[in-house]
Amino acid sequence: MICVHTCPGGQCQGPRLSASYNQILDALCYNDFSLCQKAQSLPKHSNLNPHSEEAILNIVVCVKQVPDTAATLKVDEQSNVSWGDAALVINPWDEYAIEEAIRLKEKFGGKVTVISVGPEQSKEALKQAVAMGCDEAQLISDPAFEGSDALATTLILAQAIKQLGAVDVVIFGKQAIDGDTGLVPAGVARRLNWPFLSYISKLDELDPAGKSLKVTRLLEQGRQSMGSQLPVVLSVVKEINEPRYPSFMNIRKASKLQIPIITAAAIGVEAGQVGRDNAATHWIKVFPLPARTGTCEMIAGDSPQAIATSLADKLLAEKVI
Amino acid sequence: MTHNILVWIETFKGNAVPVSYECLGEAKKIANGGKVTAAVFGENATAIAHEAITLGADQVCVCEDATLAEYRAEPFTALLAKLAADLKPEVIMMGASTRGRDISSGLAVDLEAGAIADCIALEEQDGQVIATRPVYAGKLLSHVIVKKMPLIITTRSRAFPMPEADAGKTGEVTTVAPVLSEDQIVTKALGFATEGEGEVSLNDARIIVSGGRGVGGPEGFAPIVELAKTLGAAVGASRAAVDAGWIPYAHQVGQTGKTVAPDLYIANGISGAIQHQAGMRTAKVVVAINKDPEAPIFKLARYGVVGDLFQIVPALNDAFKKRLGK
Repeated sequence: MICVHTCPGGQCQGPRLSASYNQILDALCYNDFSLCQKAQSLPKHSNLNPHSEEAILNIVVCVKQVPDTAATLKVDEQSNVSWGDAALVINPWDEYAIEEAIRLKEKFGGKVTVISVGPEQSKEALKQAVAMGCDEAQLISDPAFEGSDALATTLILAQAIKQLGAVDVVIFGKQAIDGDTGLVPAGVARRLNWPFLSYISKLDELDPAGKSLKVTRLLEQGRQSMGSQLPVVLSVVKEINEPRYPSFMNIRKASKLQIPIITAAAIGVEAGQVGRDNAATHWIKVFPLPARTGTCEMIAGDSPQAIATSLADKLLAEKVI
Repeated sequence: MTHNILVWIETFKGNAVPVSYECLGEAKKIANGGKVTAAVFGENATAIAHEAITLGADQVCVCEDATLAEYRAEPFTALLAKLAADLKPEVIMMGASTRGRDISSGLAVDLEAGAIADCIALEEQDGQVIATRPVYAGKLLSHVIVKKMPLIITTRSRAFPMPEADAGKTGEVTTVAPVLSEDQIVTKALGFATEGEGEVSLNDARIIVSGGRGVGGPEGFAPIVELAKTLGAAVGASRAAVDAGWIPYAHQVGQTGKTVAPDLYIANGISGAIQHQAGMRTAKVVVAINKDPEAPIFKLARYGVVGDLFQIVPALNDAFKKRLGK
């Protein structure tokens, strides 16, 4: 159940679903708050995001639209992957990036621009980001980009970011769940020649005037504390925040928003640098996982001890202990 | 066809991390007789260099400069890029760890090279290296090649075997100078807090004992932690348990958590949603313990028990203690 209302902080008891923007619109009738009892007692207008005239922080969030994980994927002989009618959603990791960007803006004032490299339908992901609270959106799209690999995508994004003025912070989610490479954020930082801090579980401090920040990174062995100057590129992990629900006001804003399409020419990218034919890496084949053979052997017994004994013996026989 | 390969050996607190040696072993294989150069930076690099030689490196470049004492992307990437420019390897390899992914991506841009992340298999066909890697949250596999050398590869933890040490093997260890001075490095490492001293890391774990919604609360993890101790295992968790605040996020296995590849994964009170499966489906043997016989996890499991984990897990702990002489 998707619940949207004007309550600041987006506190709702319903389970959060990664829903497409259109699904959110369907669930909401603009003047009907019967979906949420809580909303009925609240003032109709509560602006969560005071818009500062003087932009203190210029923040960019990069998002990607991907097929929903719950989708059943099919791959054909030509290695084309399809997912039927399954929804396209914002990459789950990107929601944390969007939320962190909006929190920074709420704390320090400024502007959040959300951008995405993708086809026309990626506009839906951008609208959802605006519905969460991003101020502006851009779709970086061009037929020449089709089939670009991670290396080319880093170029496209870096060039797009260069057009957005004096950017202070660029935030990514850890990785996209389709390609799963996690290579783009670090590569974008390298192209911009900015420092890169990844796997951020907490943004501890940020000093916009002093142009510095301190973060905690979640690495395999524990947490690393790091400091950096701005401008900086960040990628975040799930622990950093709880992404908010879109607010009623922002959904209205998103639905009315005209999202500009930024082409290759507009950002100074040549066709010869990007696209399928110029990719450095090539997926020559995509295929399903080998079928997991064997059925599950259910272990029963007269007592937990009997079951445990039987299971322990079998596992020792499997030589996995 | 032979390949010269450069392998970055990642270290932590003066020791090489396991995935780097797995990577080194695989590098030796696909080098096909070509030269394998290892690069080790930071604390204890020279000692680790000698260890790397016994595990497959033909020569090692080390740098123990203070600027490299703590891992930071900029100085590490800059020095590896310089080594790549000097040695001109056809392939550059490292573990697909958090640090490895950062570095490989920066290197790809510096060298205008193709990077293939998180490989689980590598083979050589007619001089071409073909990498197998999971995509779409592990639901599909892909074969990837690179058309612009050098080729940069990161290898997934535990996808490749640990190489056998050859104590008699010798090789040259050379000290190299860092590329960036401290003033040129924008980020500063301010400290490291290790999570649970002595705890087994999920990525490197051979055995993982996990808890999900069925655990019911933070105290519910106690029997799971006990069993993990007995087995020398790492403790994992589903998103439900983490979101409920019963266990820290660092233990989360799944699509928005960690991807693991243990020999044995014991799932307690975990329903086995697609998002969780994405993180553990490559486990060799899965054991599911759940009250609900319809839980999807049973489709993935080799062994299943429909029952109360609070009875089964302690009993299992006792059974293993007896058999393992603990």
